Amino acid sequence: MLGQSNAAIRKVIGASSVGTMIEWYDFYIFGSLAPIISLKFFPQDNPTAAFLSTLATFAAGFVVRPFGALFFGRLGDIVGRKYTFMMTLLLMGGATFLIGCVPGYETIGFMAPILVLILRLLQGLALGGEYGGAATYVAEHAPAESRGYWTSWIQTTATLGLFTSLLVIMLTKSAMGEKDFLDWGWRIPFWVSILMIGISYLIRRNMKESPLFAKAKAAGETVSNPLTASFGNKLNFKYVLLALLGATMGQGVIWYTGHYYAMSFLKTDCGVDALQVEKMMTWAFVFGTPFFVLFGWLSDKIGRKPVMLAGMLIAILSYFPIYRTMYSFASNGQRIEITEKTTVAVSREADKKNPADSVITTITHKEFKDGAVLNETRTVLKLADTTREAPLAKIKTATLLPASTFRMLVLLIFIQIIFVTMVYGPIAAFLVEMFPTKIRYTSMSLPYHIGNGIFGGLMPAVATYLATTAKGNGNPDWFLQGIWYPIIIAGVCFVIGLLYIDGKDTNVEN
Amino acid sequence: MNKIRRIAGILWLALSAIAGYISITSIGLPKFNSGLAGNQSDLVFGIIMLFILTPLIVGSMLIFGYYTLSGEYDRE
Repeated sequence: MLGQSNAAIRKVIGASSVGTMIEWYDFYIFGSLAPIISLKFFPQDNPTAAFLSTLATFAAGFVVRPFGALFFGRLGDIVGRKYTFMMTLLLMGGATFLIGCVPGYETIGFMAPILVLILRLLQGLALGGEYGGAATYVAEHAPAESRGYWTSWIQTTATLGLFTSLLVIMLTKSAMGEKDFLDWGWRIPFWVSILMIGISYLIRRNMKESPLFAKAKAAGETVSNPLTASFGNKLNFKYVLLALLGATMGQGVIWYTGHYYAMSFLKTDCGVDALQVEKMMTWAFVFGTPFFVLFGWLSDKIGRKPVMLAGMLIAILSYFPIYRTMYSFASNGQRIEITEKTTVAVSREADKKNPADSVITTITHKEFKDGAVLNETRTVLKLADTTREAPLAKIKTATLLPASTFRMLVLLIFIQIIFVTMVYGPIAAFLVEMFPTKIRYTSMSLPYHIGNGIFGGLMPAVATYLATTAKGNGNPDWFLQGIWYPIIIAGVCFVIGLLYIDGKDTNVEN
Repeated sequence: MNKIRRIAGILWLALSAIAGYISITSIGLPKFNSGLAGNQSDLVFGIIMLFILTPLIVGSMLIFGYYTLSGEYDRE
């Protein structure tokens, strides 16, 4: 706190950050393994299971987080920060480990997707409670003049969690091979979580309660109902609204554009090989993560508001040129094919479900002058009974890009990560400074998780919808239409932030 | 500056209505209807758009617009 040595603060930061990073890892591992999870627990030919699958992705990932913020935020403002974020850590770790243990749909039928859905909901709830606790805890220990710097370490954890999840998956996959990974190896990243949570629990167990909260509690200054005090009191509620509409809403969409939409844009809209895209993201994260700390530090010098709003404005102005350039580098539209190197292999085998039908697989291999390689797999089910309607052909394309294009795309993703670090690096300090100690956990958690979980979390889905609709309407720039969502949301947020946020109050004691 | 802050309240109120209209008619309802026709993913997305995102955007912008108009965010 306020007067503690740097060594003591580093200990607080280390213990808090490691736990928060592991929680993000746990949360993202589900998203990163979503295609396999869907295959094992939610068979797509079963409509109810497919419904549960989407529910698990959307509801738990995005919608449940604000409820976790309310539940654990309230607890954190009544019982204490330390106790609450210990609870969220154990809840997250337990749920993640158990997802890795649930038998597949083929073994226990409908119990499998239902159990996974429940566990995913618990993950969402835990995440909703964790971030506010960690940010508040660190901020209440840090000196006022360097609060942005110290809390920015907490801000690195979301990116590091996603980075670690991609890394663990890549390492497991390459150690055991694609087949074993698909068979059972995908469970390992979930099991790894219990080890990490155990270590984090031991570190956090010995930490003391936040000094500001302990002082407020000893003086009888905590409130019995933080929800009413936060949202039923107009004086505080107007700041909750301002935090959402003038900061977290824009920050959320910029975070998800840099981390998720860039990834899905390259995989889906440009057809780049999934593993190669994951490698690009990993490099961009490695280069970009230190900037969270840089911009956190800068916010101590020139203020939170200028850094965050500058990040929003630059992102709004740059997204169109960036995505146009990404598309021109990654898509095959302008590549020159070396036709003599094109090969086509066709194979035919009996369908596993109905041996009378046959599955025809056509693999087309193309090479381009710049070194890019395209592999297209087209699978068609040929029915023995010609009166039945055959399902549509399944087409999977993946382009492997040459090193020079790979580097260029890493750079373009890295630039987007820089925008993220500008808006996200100072935001923990900014939110903490907006609310008083007695209701801080509750008041800052809700706008953070609505901004990130709902406005940000829905970003890839809304953007993909806008792009797909534009493509269907024959718009030649269809691939850019998804970007309107973050631009409009961040644009409104920028104007509100500029007009209404004061940004001068850095007092957290009152 | 306080005058601009208050006048902008009208913009936030108008924006809440426009955002509500667009998210219902352009995204929410088409997805919901496609969901009812059998696409389960669209059904979940449509429900989230209609019953979570739209009320959230409209509600928060409405209250914010009202607060700004009534001078809640004025500075001395």
